[in-house]
Amino acid sequence: MRVALLITHIRAEEKRLIEAFHAQGISPDIILDRDLHFNINSGGEQLAPSRIAWQEYDVVFERCVSTSRGLYTLAILNRWGIRTVNSYQTAAICADKLQTSLALADADIPQPRTHVAFAPDSAMQAIDDVQYPAVLKPVTGSWGRLLARVNDRDSAEAIIEHRQTLGSYNHHTYYVQEYVNKPQRDIRAFVVGNRTICAIYRSSPHWITNTAKGGQASNCPITTEIDEICIRAAQAVGGGILAIDLLEDENGNLLVNEINHTMEFRNSSTPTGVDIAAEVVRYTLFGEEVLA
Amino acid sequence: MTHPTCPACEADVPIPDDAMENELLACPDCGGELEIISLNPLELDFAPEVEEDWGE
Repeated sequence: MRVALLITHIRAEEKRLIEAFHAQGISPDIILDRDLHFNINSGGEQLAPSRIAWQEYDVVFERCVSTSRGLYTLAILNRWGIRTVNSYQTAAICADKLQTSLALADADIPQPRTHVAFAPDSAMQAIDDVQYPAVLKPVTGSWGRLLARVNDRDSAEAIIEHRQTLGSYNHHTYYVQEYVNKPQRDIRAFVVGNRTICAIYRSSPHWITNTAKGGQASNCPITTEIDEICIRAAQAVGGGILAIDLLEDENGNLLVNEINHTMEFRNSSTPTGVDIAAEVVRYTLFGEEVLA
Repeated sequence: MTHPTCPACEADVPIPDDAMENELLACPDCGGELEIISLNPLELDFAPEVEEDWGE
């Protein structure tokens, strides 16, 4: 098999993935997104930066840290009929929290109450409707960046004014969610194809639990409920290799908070004992069939 | 083995044996995020700035 690994740079995850490919006897061509240059009028016969025609690749595994570079490359390659992991369809939904919420709503998958508005006054109304405390999130963004917990009307007005004044256009989409009173942790579950392979708790006294912001990882047993909601959520956004972030509300009900399509897992193999890179590579190479 | 120096603070930056091109490293002195531009010859540079759409 001929594989291309599309990256922004090499992090702990990409290093493990490359090792996992080697363990399968595969040496992926490493392609840097900064080197990409497409002539969109010609097709897959066009040479990739590796000097090999894109259409020669059996699969292109997209691991860009840059969401826009990854998304557009997936869009182009999928149009040329080149298999990618993940697909453009899945990535485009997961890259946008509002699109993700719409897909989850379509599939009746529990998520925090979510409202959206596009201007200051209607955003205030949306926050009032969701009730305080509420959470304001940029629709595109990651690593817990620019999340705001809005405790009262004064802070709502200030945050909206800042976003309206300082933020670029995508900060004028006001994506408002109820604040879920969770037990100082959330759950990150890893779905590969149609299997929830493992999950971690991310514990933090801070309401933002991303490990990028200091959340501590520990193993989370996969209950039937976690497995079921994760598989349904993954299918709702088009499936593939996904990290599903779950919240446990005060009654212990699970809510899907977010889905990530270029997942980080450096802190997750040790506590779970699952070789996530190996699972991901097997799926990338062989797809669903072998992994039943 | 000679170590390359950090482009920010000129400290020696040890390179792991299994280092890869385009791998990110942190300078042990100033903590700056660096990228291995080339292994042969060994060359470091500042890692690109995180952009607003970077993440998972």
